[in-house]
Amino acid sequence: MSNRTREILWSLRTLTEREIRRYLRIWVQTLVPPAVTMSLYFVIFGSLIGPRIGSMNGFDYIQFMIPGLIMMSVITNSYSNVVSSFFGVKFQRSIEELLVSPMPAFIILLGFIIGGVSRGILVGIVVYLVSLFFYPDFTIHNLPLTLGVLVLTAILFSLMGFINAIFADTFDDISVVPTFVLTPLIYLGGVFYSISILPEIWQKVSLINPMLYVVNTFREGMLGVSDIDVTSALLMQLFFIIILTASCLYLLKTGKGTRQ
Amino acid sequence: MNALEISNLKKTYASGVEALKGISLSVEEGDFYALLGPNGAGKSTTIGIVSSLVTKSDGNVSIFGTDIDQDFAEAKRKLGVVAQEMNFSPFEKVLDIVVTQSGFYGIPKKVALARAEEVLHKLGLWEKKDLQSRTLSGGLKRRLMIAKSLIHQPRLLILDEPTAGVDIELRRGMWDFIRELNKNGTTVILTTHYLEEAEQLCKNIAIIDKGLIVENTSMKDLLKKLDMQTFILDLETNLDTLPAFDGYIVNQIDPSTLRVALNRDQSLNAFFENLSKLNIQVKSLRNEANRLEELFLQIIKNDHEQ
Repeated sequence: MSNRTREILWSLRTLTEREIRRYLRIWVQTLVPPAVTMSLYFVIFGSLIGPRIGSMNGFDYIQFMIPGLIMMSVITNSYSNVVSSFFGVKFQRSIEELLVSPMPAFIILLGFIIGGVSRGILVGIVVYLVSLFFYPDFTIHNLPLTLGVLVLTAILFSLMGFINAIFADTFDDISVVPTFVLTPLIYLGGVFYSISILPEIWQKVSLINPMLYVVNTFREGMLGVSDIDVTSALLMQLFFIIILTASCLYLLKTGKGTRQ
Repeated sequence: MNALEISNLKKTYASGVEALKGISLSVEEGDFYALLGPNGAGKSTTIGIVSSLVTKSDGNVSIFGTDIDQDFAEAKRKLGVVAQEMNFSPFEKVLDIVVTQSGFYGIPKKVALARAEEVLHKLGLWEKKDLQSRTLSGGLKRRLMIAKSLIHQPRLLILDEPTAGVDIELRRGMWDFIRELNKNGTTVILTTHYLEEAEQLCKNIAIIDKGLIVENTSMKDLLKKLDMQTFILDLETNLDTLPAFDGYIVNQIDPSTLRVALNRDQSLNAFFENLSKLNIQVKSLRNEANRLEELFLQIIKNDHEQ
């Protein structure tokens, strides 16, 4: 291994450790809220209202909801981790620590993405453990697919968070997308229902919601049911990951939002 | 080999402001170099480009022979920058900030910890190593910035107004530290608004104004250009009327204080002989303004008039 490679790997390790340390240090703000919120969803929609709804796609309603709620947590946490962390270093100017160092742009990107992905997955595991408390008999249908979708989704939304942070100039800019774009799309993306229960016109409209593909590929992995074709959904995720990675690298190299 | 070589450097911001209009300068290895100029002259833009915080519009920059366009990583390894504004997380501990910074340069933690201990001791920060940086005083935060910039042992250190807002005692301590660094071989470039600081520390100087270099010479040669120096004399006794001093420009500020302006051909000794003849006793004497300050204002004024 060359000295340069060793130097790059060490700088990646440093940035990754700092990112993970950051969200673990404030675990009350980062890891506990999803567990509390999802517990409430399980109590209200799963245990109280769920039995009255009956089954969804052949599963108990609470069982049907579990993959959707895990995905919702993974999406919001991986996105918000990167957007707040990267905007934070811009705001505090500690981004200069990174920019003056010999770290290549792709390592800076990778460090933040690993931070976002690790938090997303960690929160996903926390929510899964909470769901087992409410539905102990839950078993995962296809573990490799479940884990694959989990990681791809966390990467995809971490990249989106990174782009949001690059363009953000104020704290308002980092809350607009999660509040007005991500949350409505997630709620309408099949977390709580199968699109088969919608009128035909709304089924077609739902197909333009990207969250539908993410939630359903994950549900395919966990339960073995999906409203969409899983292979094309996975390819689409990969395609967007490649496009967003290239965009992030371009923005970092040209200094958009980071250099004057 | 020059520590820093800048040629025809230009920068136009997106707003259309032309911050640098093609500056060129060379800083020799081992130099202690001052880059001075009024606010908005282009000093921080120049430093920003050298340290990659600002993208250049045109021109070339090389650090110890490494062109930043060819191998920026190698150039960055040789460079340490102390920025004007605080640029570290307020919630991280002092030691973590320094060790993390060294990690960004690919320095393993074991080596980084040893270096951090040494540099924090030298800067009087070791006792504060476990404190969150936001709890430090303004002066200690400045020292932390210096510690952070030195952790990868750069050969060229650029300090952008490192002593701004620092009290005089701390400032002098920082001067001694930076002087020592320079003595041990680190090339230092300093921007400051305290011209006394530049005069005392720096061997060579460039003055930048409106995006252009208007003076680039040694400190000694620059000070020789000083046409006139003004001194304030505190007298032992009051003077009722101001006597005539042929060939000298003298004003009476109050009955016991005189202001005398001497041009470069007039000696202070000759003026004192005149005072002795008139039996005027002087209690104390001081420069009205720092010599470099007078010259700096003169150069900037001339540049603005052109």
